[in-house]
Amino acid sequence: MFRRTLMAGAVALAGLIGPVAQGQAQAQDRTEIQFWHGLSQPLGGLLERLVAGFNDSQTQYRIVPTFRGSYPETMVAAIAAFRAGQAPHLVQMFEVGTGTMINAGRAIIPTHELLSQTGVNINFDDFLPGVRGYYAAADGRQMAMPFNSSTAIVYYNKDAFRRANLNADQFPTTWEGVGQALQALKASGHACPMSTAWPTWLHLEQFSAIHNIPLATQGNGFGGANAELRVNNPLVLRHLTNLVNWQKEGLFRWGGRDNAGEALFPNGECAIMLTSSGFRARVQREARFDWGVAMLPTYEGTQPANAIIGGASLWVMNRGPNTQRSAAELRGIAEFFAYTARPEVAGKWHMDTGYLPITRSGFESARATGFYNQPANIGADVPIEQMLRGASSENTRGIRLGGFVEIRVIMQEEMERALQGQQTPEQALTNMTTRGNAVLRNFERANRGG
Amino acid sequence: MRKKVIFKGIALPWLLLLPQLLITGVFFFWPAGQAIYGSFLREDAFGLSRQFVGLENFTEVLADPNYLASGWTTVIFSTSVAFLALAAALYLAVQADKAIRGANAYKTMLIWPYAVAPAIAAVLWLFMFHPQIGLFGRMLNGLGVPWDYKLNGDQALLLVILAAAWKQVSYNFIFFMAGLQSIPKSVLEAAAIDGARPMRRFWTIIFPLLAPTSFFLLVVNIVYAFFDTFGTIHALTGGGPGQATTTLIYKVYVDGVQNLNFGSSAAQSVILMVIVILLTAVQFRFIERKVHY
Repeated sequence: MFRRTLMAGAVALAGLIGPVAQGQAQAQDRTEIQFWHGLSQPLGGLLERLVAGFNDSQTQYRIVPTFRGSYPETMVAAIAAFRAGQAPHLVQMFEVGTGTMINAGRAIIPTHELLSQTGVNINFDDFLPGVRGYYAAADGRQMAMPFNSSTAIVYYNKDAFRRANLNADQFPTTWEGVGQALQALKASGHACPMSTAWPTWLHLEQFSAIHNIPLATQGNGFGGANAELRVNNPLVLRHLTNLVNWQKEGLFRWGGRDNAGEALFPNGECAIMLTSSGFRARVQREARFDWGVAMLPTYEGTQPANAIIGGASLWVMNRGPNTQRSAAELRGIAEFFAYTARPEVAGKWHMDTGYLPITRSGFESARATGFYNQPANIGADVPIEQMLRGASSENTRGIRLGGFVEIRVIMQEEMERALQGQQTPEQALTNMTTRGNAVLRNFERANRGG
Repeated sequence: MRKKVIFKGIALPWLLLLPQLLITGVFFFWPAGQAIYGSFLREDAFGLSRQFVGLENFTEVLADPNYLASGWTTVIFSTSVAFLALAAALYLAVQADKAIRGANAYKTMLIWPYAVAPAIAAVLWLFMFHPQIGLFGRMLNGLGVPWDYKLNGDQALLLVILAAAWKQVSYNFIFFMAGLQSIPKSVLEAAAIDGARPMRRFWTIIFPLLAPTSFFLLVVNIVYAFFDTFGTIHALTGGGPGQATTTLIYKVYVDGVQNLNFGSSAAQSVILMVIVILLTAVQFRFIERKVHY
């Protein structure tokens, strides 16, 4: 509470400085559009290059990108700025914040409204369904503009596989097979056979999607704010029990929350790493061994469905509770959205950053350059294939839960307690459900007024 | 026999008080009032709808087992930090106060950590005790101690206590040094002539004469452990694993800033405010009596 007031004060101070910057912009007669993003270097620089490309392509609008810290920090900053009547036009919001933004009422301008008001046309049929759907309303209308999307895959150390007499060219497709591989890796003297980053995204969210089981009711929350968690099911229990047992036997190592575990792969310490497809560039730069990528494994007897995405999308915000955007500002934002969807722009963004190509035409444009045939890029299309494999259902569209930032932390905490041996996997899943549902009910109540 | 200075008008005293009153008003009473007001409300993140819920935020927070657990964590954390920081600083101050060569160099070195920002201090500790990349972390694991504060709650709590206490030692050290220097040398020399050994001189002369300083520092250290250790915890453990290092102040941050749950966060701030007011009142009422100025 103290912090919030301080933040409001800081924003108010920034407001005093703001008009000066605006005055300069008017001198050059361009409509200025503030764009807050959460990408640190080198990705932030690539984003700024993309924005510069748009600014150079026309003379009416200027997008001003500003780095606002990590994704959660950017989200909090944008919300505080809105409350102080100083929100940016555009904010890059990570996928976990989607549920909060969709329910934000007049704080946001949905993308479909923006496009119909400005008459700018973007062909959303060209977007990958798994990407587009994550940011669409239940009726299919686009709420946010997809921008940088990633998915989760497996990275594995081929040299370690060979030392353990495993087939280095074929990563096991089932978790049963992975379990055997872990034993073999340990027997061959590898101290850390497997670790993971983004523990809940990988082992609960992606896991549920590719096994085609619900993480929450109401189609993972797409159907309404009255969703309830469904993580307490036999398959998730089986997986969490495996992880706990593997950790006890020294087959699996907890690398920490969020992406803290990633560091254990490129230095050769852990032979298998489950993490974001965006990790590729770092492995390429740092790993001093032969490595490969593979799709996420599933349990025997299940039909793998498509994976879901992470990453972020672009949201249009109103300036404050009582102020609207001008027609020129809206037009500029819509033009920028259309620019990012151009095949050559989307393709270049994908190839430069390692994020998924979010449009089919962008994928084709990348393929046309021979990108996937270059030796350095072998396997770069695995994440895309994983997005497109299997049947898609309401379990594989994505996750749309209010207060999901909090729920993810709760899930991590309960996983940690289970791995510490403080509680059984059953208790962990029960606690996740109880605590997570309390958050969902609070969110539902706070947003009823709209 | 007190000398009173009397101002002629009313304007000048008010004018002189004004800056302080303004600062207290803007930076203390306004936010504190906002917190109390907010603790009776429930609103969405964007502030578009709000609802008066009476004491519901309080009853909900106090019924939450995780909140009560973090209260317990705070008790362990604060007493350990205050005790460690005070004991270490007192020991170091007594040692540095002796006539040794290069005493000034030692003093400077000991005051140094106070200038280090909490987050940076935490990163220093992280680099020492990280189980995979930290010097001591690797050493411990090499010696067969299963050190992994990312998964072991007790180890995580130990680490944040050490880091937070280390940060505060310098501050205490300065005050203890000043306190030691104000103890008359003649008293100590007289005791030495009477045959009191150093240990006895410390416990019967130095320690009682330092009591006012120690008492002041005790209050300051408790308040520090309650409120100022946020940066250290945030950078080292983020409140985890589980909620093993989530103290009350850290929970206020998590619920307010991260989870955008303003009502609950405000209610927790108010509870925290009441706790610290009570704690300080108790300290002044009961401990101060035993302190001789």
